[in-house]
Amino acid sequence: MKKVRISNTPITTEAELSTLAGIGGGALSSFTGIVRDDGGVTAIELEHYPSMTEACLSRVIEAATARWSLLGAVVTHRVGIVPVGDPVVVVGAASLHRAEALEATAFLIDRLKTDAPFWKREHYADGTAKWVEAKLSDDTRSERWA
Amino acid sequence: MKLVYFASVREAIGLSSEDRDIPYGARTVGDFVVWLRGQSQGHAVALDDLSRLRFALDQNMVTADALLVDGEELAIFPPVTGG
Repeated sequence: MKKVRISNTPITTEAELSTLAGIGGGALSSFTGIVRDDGGVTAIELEHYPSMTEACLSRVIEAATARWSLLGAVVTHRVGIVPVGDPVVVVGAASLHRAEALEATAFLIDRLKTDAPFWKREHYADGTAKWVEAKLSDDTRSERWA
Repeated sequence: MKLVYFASVREAIGLSSEDRDIPYGARTVGDFVVWLRGQSQGHAVALDDLSRLRFALDQNMVTADALLVDGEELAIFPPVTGG
């Protein structure tokens, strides 16, 4: 079971993982990214490259399933305006035992951060907004899977 | 060729997409981008530093030295910041 979903409405970890939870493995691991109140941020706005995004995320899932023995994997990403406290991304992996699911989950989010065509803009209480700069530490984390 | 722009590049240029013929002599993505700088003040600002830009040719990430041949859509954007 492999699933990629781009949502312009609110998402929940539980709903995104429900299929994986019932797949029959002994292990389900996930990561949820949540919008942080970083120095007055009220919301983030996510832009993406629609004709590229799904294919790109599917390739990340394919790479994970080629590397680990998984029963399934999901990636769901929000686009549009996401307020502080709301999930922006959910990735999950199911396997027979924990090691595969745990490692695949880290791989999925690390690769998503450097490979998938999304851009974040922070919105502040005073009405201003600023594009988020890419972090070198994200490249380093992604490269450790090479 | 169809050019598509995202995030800060889109804002600086003031367009989300445009059609441009590949200029004579431009063989690579980088050649095309350098030529585009001359098209407006916004293009000049947005495309000033190749090292701070990323490119996708027909929805596949490529580097500035990728050849333009047979490409239909070139996307130009800043480093991605999803997740």
